[in-house]
Amino acid sequence: MSATTREGAPEDALNVLWLQSGGCGGCSMSLLCADSSDLFADLADAGIRLLWHPAFSEQSGRQAHEVLLACLDGELRLDVLCLEGAVMCGPEGTGLFHVLAGTGRPMMAWVRELAAVARHTVAVGSCAAFGGVPAVGHQPGDVTGLQFEGDLAGGLLGPDYAARGGLPVINIAGCPTHPDWILETLANLALGELDARALDAFQRPRFYADHLVHHGCARNEYYEFKASAEQPGDLGCLMEHLGCKGTQAHADCNLRAWNGEGSCLRGGYPCVGCTEPGFEQPSHAVWQTPKVGGIPVGLPTDMPKAWFVALAALSKSATPRRLKENAVSDRRRLIPHVSKTEPS
Amino acid sequence: MSRIVAGPFNRVEGDLEITLDVEAGRVRRAYVNSPLFRGLERAMLGRPALDALFYAPRVCGICSVSQSVAAAAALAEVAAIRQPRNGELARNLLLATENLADHLTHFYLFFMPDFARDAYAAHSWSRGIRERFQAIHGTATADAVPARARFLHLMGHLGGKWPHTMSLQPGGTARAIEGGEKARLLKVIREFRRWLERHFFGDALEAFADLGSQSQLERWATRAAPSRADFGRFLGLAEALDLASLGRGPDRFLSYGTHWEAGRPLFPPGVWSEGTVHPLRLDRVTEDGARAWLAGGQRPLPPHEGVTEPDIHAGPDAYTWCKAPRLDGMTLETGALARQLVSGHPLMADLVCQSGSNVRNRVVARALELARVLPRMEAWVKAIDPAAPFRTPLPAALNGQGVGRVEAARGSLGHWVSVENGQIRRYQIVAPTTWNFSPRDRDGVPGPLEQALVGIPADGGDGGVAVQHVVRSFDPCMSCTVH
Repeated sequence: MSATTREGAPEDALNVLWLQSGGCGGCSMSLLCADSSDLFADLADAGIRLLWHPAFSEQSGRQAHEVLLACLDGELRLDVLCLEGAVMCGPEGTGLFHVLAGTGRPMMAWVRELAAVARHTVAVGSCAAFGGVPAVGHQPGDVTGLQFEGDLAGGLLGPDYAARGGLPVINIAGCPTHPDWILETLANLALGELDARALDAFQRPRFYADHLVHHGCARNEYYEFKASAEQPGDLGCLMEHLGCKGTQAHADCNLRAWNGEGSCLRGGYPCVGCTEPGFEQPSHAVWQTPKVGGIPVGLPTDMPKAWFVALAALSKSATPRRLKENAVSDRRRLIPHVSKTEPS
Repeated sequence: MSRIVAGPFNRVEGDLEITLDVEAGRVRRAYVNSPLFRGLERAMLGRPALDALFYAPRVCGICSVSQSVAAAAALAEVAAIRQPRNGELARNLLLATENLADHLTHFYLFFMPDFARDAYAAHSWSRGIRERFQAIHGTATADAVPARARFLHLMGHLGGKWPHTMSLQPGGTARAIEGGEKARLLKVIREFRRWLERHFFGDALEAFADLGSQSQLERWATRAAPSRADFGRFLGLAEALDLASLGRGPDRFLSYGTHWEAGRPLFPPGVWSEGTVHPLRLDRVTEDGARAWLAGGQRPLPPHEGVTEPDIHAGPDAYTWCKAPRLDGMTLETGALARQLVSGHPLMADLVCQSGSNVRNRVVARALELARVLPRMEAWVKAIDPAAPFRTPLPAALNGQGVGRVEAARGSLGHWVSVENGQIRRYQIVAPTTWNFSPRDRDGVPGPLEQALVGIPADGGDGGVAVQHVVRSFDPCMSCTVH
């Protein structure tokens, strides 16, 4: 019998323990935005059982504490340990920036021990993956990801860590994560479809990280003709002036919509590359593209620089008036030519 | 006297620990510990001013837009610019969407599941309540989560995504709305209205918003449709368990005012005490780090002079990472109850007059807000003028101080910023739960929750259900609290 009910997942379901540490809880909040008619039934039907989640579960205090202990002593099978938020190792390696409430022990210690018994370990969000925003302003080593600190392999668990199932930490990077990135990672683990080949160099699931944010961007026509926005809110491409990293950032944000039909670009602001390690501390103002000699420093991934410059110059010389004018406006001033009307 | 250390205190946003000194089965003293320090204010120091729009929302995954609004407002004050009408409307819509969605999340996911716990198994109502409200498995979760997700489509339209939008700008919004989009926005709002009227109220929003007294509320709750709907079932529990007698706070309330309509707030700012609304004096706000693991706690400081420097050796009196905010030296409760009370709504005034702030009244206030704000959202969409500007440009150079204040779902949120030559020199955040879950100050005066827990029956490893109801009735957000 494959059907599950609201009473929960079948016996062989994947047992998931979810912990939160140095983060904002936004990845869990984003998960609740899943485009689903019944999120928790979807999880159960995918063969996923939540042992405990800090925002959703009934058990509080000692009952919750006991779930963690049961995982450690093997009484409960821990199939997936999910950590949301960075690992707080500071100050000075004590872990006292986050002592898990009611337990008197730093969360860092809980995570290290649970990761040692987990079949899979999953970093939910860029904080748990790489350290992320909470790492800014702290000493190196004080705030870190599970297996990376920024783009350096290591983190809390070390570069050689593998969970009992054989995989390194699975990094669902993003700030926040798209609900589907979490659901599909867990569902693929339950299916047995997620192996080492399914992860990229930063151990992100390739089903979303093999894309660039640029793919499917609604501003692509402006990009093609290098018709660039100058102010926040302008409709043009945000790459040349407004700091957009969509042509370099690995994610499918413009292929699968956020909250119905959104994306950062559709919201009028640049991609900050939130799935990339180090995005939290750009070397430039967030709203400004760093340039050398008038040319953006961060060119599109895989594009030879000379070709980009040559093509950009050519495109600019061919930019239709419609795009040139709309690019620096927050509303479409000119519309595409309609064949039955007189050309403008 | 025995001691209970309750934690991890779940179904709140972030991690929370409550220490209870218990005597004869009741709480004698309570200490609230916000156990996580991230230091987001420090992350912004030295950054270009507009980068605050990137960092501020990431303070919190559930009050993300509120943090954005506060940051944008603080920078607007530095820049001495005002936003155009359309910017005001777009900001109202984004903020109201977050606040109302948070009220829904609180009711269904955080607060009501406690009534489905084994502690109530002997009550005649237990089975039905459990079927509906049990955490994760209850039918209400199945109904409410998708309704919330669909309502948050407004964020996709107006803010690109939620949480962590950067559409909100000091001068308005970076996402202009075209005429043809209004119908789409209205459809989302009306769908949520339909959901609330069917499942939550069992009545029209306006019918609930028009209730003017406790006796009217009680009569309304006995009518057939409302009594069967989810909020009516809560009112039934509130009566059965006397939730109006649980968790009385300081009975002084703070609201910064919110939802601007042509420059005037729909819910005005003010401080309510002893039946009177006093003008808000932001210059009287201080934060005291005496009981926090923070350095430099020699005296309470106004936020424009505040610092946040962790110091784990801060001394034996420290028991949290949270500072103690005070206004004129007083503790204040903030949240939907404060907002509705300061706004002068007769139902809230009567409830507070009869029983002060308590578990029931805090939950009623959120319901009242759902009923009052959603119809305004429809009006705001209609008022958008697609031909008019959505954003006032910023001046080239930014210098000076600014305060951004906003009402988040959980209450009054303030950002105090100092900008020098375009760079952030100081950034201090005082969040709603910083007020509500304040620790003691240097004079030993407990914060609102610490006060509200005194006298509550307590037992077991999590303090017992009464303690759980009181804590969650504030809808705490621990991510914001210490930030």
